Amino acid sequence: MAERPEDLNLPNAVITRIIKEALPDGVNISKEARSAISRAASVFVLYATSCANNFAMKGKRKTLNASDVLSAMEEMEFQRFVTPLKEALEAYRREQKGKKEASEQKKKDKDKKTDSEEQDKSRDEDNDEDEERLEEEEQNEEEEEVDN
Amino acid sequence: MAEVVVGKEKGGEQRLVSLPLSRIRVIMKSSPEVSSINQEALVLTAKATEFFVQYLATYSYKHGSGKEKRALTYSDLSNTAEESETFHFLSDILPKKILASKYLKMLKEEKREDEEEGENGSDEGDNDEAES
Repeated sequence: MAERPEDLNLPNAVITRIIKEALPDGVNISKEARSAISRAASVFVLYATSCANNFAMKGKRKTLNASDVLSAMEEMEFQRFVTPLKEALEAYRREQKGKKEASEQKKKDKDKKTDSEEQDKSRDEDNDEDEERLEEEEQNEEEEEVDN
Repeated sequence: MAEVVVGKEKGGEQRLVSLPLSRIRVIMKSSPEVSSINQEALVLTAKATEFFVQYLATYSYKHGSGKEKRALTYSDLSNTAEESETFHFLSDILPKKILASKYLKMLKEEKREDEEEGENGSDEGDNDEAES
């Protein structure tokens, strides 16, 4: 849940990196332009969510799904995003499938070694912590940027 | 050899989405009518937001004034919000600055005129006091 207004901001460091990658090398992006794009991105998320939700409601579904988001893009006149988004979705599904297969493989390995179960569990937990730490680092970067 | 290619893909390729999904979810859920979002919808919205940031930046740069200076400024963005139909939903949060500064200039000019009149008035007042 969003408890503070800054919870609705996206990390500046990530936004800046995306902008820099999109523009030719050496283009200077003013600080004001960066924060404006960041705000615009948050508004875009809200707008897309609201449009997607309309499609879900039309379909009498309570949960937003991928097709709702794709329909929302067309409605918002961002048709140009639809094809790359479908590709990203395919990539995501492949990744999930790969993860599933990997964990199934792990299970098989577990069956072979009965006492390795606990080790695997703790390894999984370590991964989760790593992801959280990554996000924290992103936020720290953001704060550093603000200080500058 | 095949293994090398796979390894390269794993190590060289970035994560599918670079924006934090947890944050995107918080923003999506801040909309009161939304009850739940499945993971695919979340990933797609995050990815769409990345495309949006790229598109807004490149569009504003191409159509902007800073091309010779190799710069992207706020006014390039507010121009985009005003002139492009697709980006028009941003016009409230990216108000045109030029109009505001022009407005301030206008205000200043009006004020200066007032002040000049006012100064004349107070000068006369001083003179009156000096005379009495």
